[in-house]
Amino acid sequence: MTEELYFEQPVMMKIDKIINESDDTKSFMFRHKLGYNPGQFIMVWLPGIDEKPFAVSCFGEDFFGITVLERGNFTKLMHKMKPGEQVGIRGPFGHGFSIPDNVKDGTGSACIIGGGCGMASLTVLIEKLQGYNTTTLIGATTKTKLLFKNRYKDITIFTDDGSEGRKGYPTDILEDLHNKHNYNILYTCGPEIMMTKVYQFCNKHDIQCEASLERYMKCGIGICGQCVCDGQMVCKDGPVFNSQALDKMNDFGSYSLLKSGQRVSLKEYGEWRGC
Amino acid sequence: MTAPNLNINLCGIKLSNPTILPSGFLGTSKSLLKRVADNGAGAATIKSVSLAPREGHKNPTVIPFEAGMLNAVGYSNPGAEETAREFANINEISIPVIASIIGTEADDFVSVVDKLSETQFSAIELPLSCPHTPGFGLLAGQGTPESTRNIVSAVRKATKLPIFVKLSPNIPEIGNLAKAAEDAGANAITAVNTLGPGMIINIEARKPVLSYKVGGVSGPALRPIATRCVYDIYEAVKIPIIGTGGISTGRHAIEMIMAGATAVGIGTGIYQRGMDIFRKICQEMETWMSENNFNNIDEMIGIAHD
Repeated sequence: MTEELYFEQPVMMKIDKIINESDDTKSFMFRHKLGYNPGQFIMVWLPGIDEKPFAVSCFGEDFFGITVLERGNFTKLMHKMKPGEQVGIRGPFGHGFSIPDNVKDGTGSACIIGGGCGMASLTVLIEKLQGYNTTTLIGATTKTKLLFKNRYKDITIFTDDGSEGRKGYPTDILEDLHNKHNYNILYTCGPEIMMTKVYQFCNKHDIQCEASLERYMKCGIGICGQCVCDGQMVCKDGPVFNSQALDKMNDFGSYSLLKSGQRVSLKEYGEWRGC
Repeated sequence: MTAPNLNINLCGIKLSNPTILPSGFLGTSKSLLKRVADNGAGAATIKSVSLAPREGHKNPTVIPFEAGMLNAVGYSNPGAEETAREFANINEISIPVIASIIGTEADDFVSVVDKLSETQFSAIELPLSCPHTPGFGLLAGQGTPESTRNIVSAVRKATKLPIFVKLSPNIPEIGNLAKAAEDAGANAITAVNTLGPGMIINIEARKPVLSYKVGGVSGPALRPIATRCVYDIYEAVKIPIIGTGGISTGRHAIEMIMAGATAVGIGTGIYQRGMDIFRKICQEMETWMSENNFNNIDEMIGIAHD
């Protein structure tokens, strides 16, 4: 990676454009090159406020964007920002998704399963896999929480309450889809309970799984240990982990660390994070 | 010719090699320390623990720069009780583990020691030297001989484990401070904590990058200072020294040992060379020692002194 595509310290970048994705979600676009692989993340800094990790949800040769759900103080402040204002960006960091050779040469197939705001970690992958034999399933609690549903054709939509698309979860139809497509790999990002189901499905059918995990992060560069998940650092070893790594991670689907480092159930962690 | 022997005996604790993971790096969980052990470290230190849980400073808390790293994590930790639970089955980690303990008053340190009394830590480290967290270290006035004596004496009464006292490179008469720790019952000196604090400003944002504005300096910028501190301390005390600050190669480690260290801390180097830096450094040390006819670590300790 050349110097201008990776930033060790935050570099201030102007917001070029803001797109309203849903009632509580906006995308922020930057006219800047970035050496980004799908699944990696960047750290976004609001000077004097805080710094948080975000997936790159829009990516081109000379631009990139992030998608921000309004949730806490940091994201509320971001939602008030206007084009021309600046944020600090460092990264990209971590390991992203891999694409098996048989998917690349057209003999294999893949399925992408996104849930809620986890979709923001999958969009660049979805775009990279366009033209290949792939299926994309997206789910959300309700119609207004569906992200990027109009950005792609040939996607299957699920809502927990049935307000749009099928009622239920993307994992409900994996069995039928696999019988038809005989997938080689399943990619997933979303609530960990959903990702656990995808991972278990993959293990049962001997399919490779790649899941993008979320843990509270501090350094972003693999030295502080805050985002540890059973010996793996989500910021450096992940955030994308494959089946072989997930097999060894007992905390996956069960435990996470609070800001203090206290290890708690994912339920308690989710309540703290407000998701 | 047989390969050089890297084993050391540090206050009665047997280490297969002199590399030690310092506090604040990766020491949040047993699972990560197992991995540090698998990567060749001789011993590891947990993230510093206070009596009550602490969330620490806001992000950014760690930022690399061209000569190392600046950090102000602010002692985030889950508190002594939770730490005792996390490290209950510490024997699953194949190397000795050191508990780094923090507090404001001497009594606070003793309370943490008591909470950890059922765990099998190999030693207690007292970092009386953090430059960037109110209520702790330098910001609690712990960098004086009086305060050091006071805290070390209190902890000495509370535990039979070896006590390591971690000192700040900011202290001009660091030998005197080390002597105060030794007199009060410390079994080793860890030298040094981060330097500073320092500051990095993003000139486009016109703001310091760290949320706490200032942070401790580690890495290459600190190394010559750390080496000098170890040299000074070696002249002042008889207890062993764990030389820490900017070491990222076998040559650096040997230099620190020649200054007077028995063991060496490797922290910021993990960012530079990866978690297997421990194994890499040991291999580099073995190679250099073979080429220069040294058979063991003891032969090299302090030989830079007149």
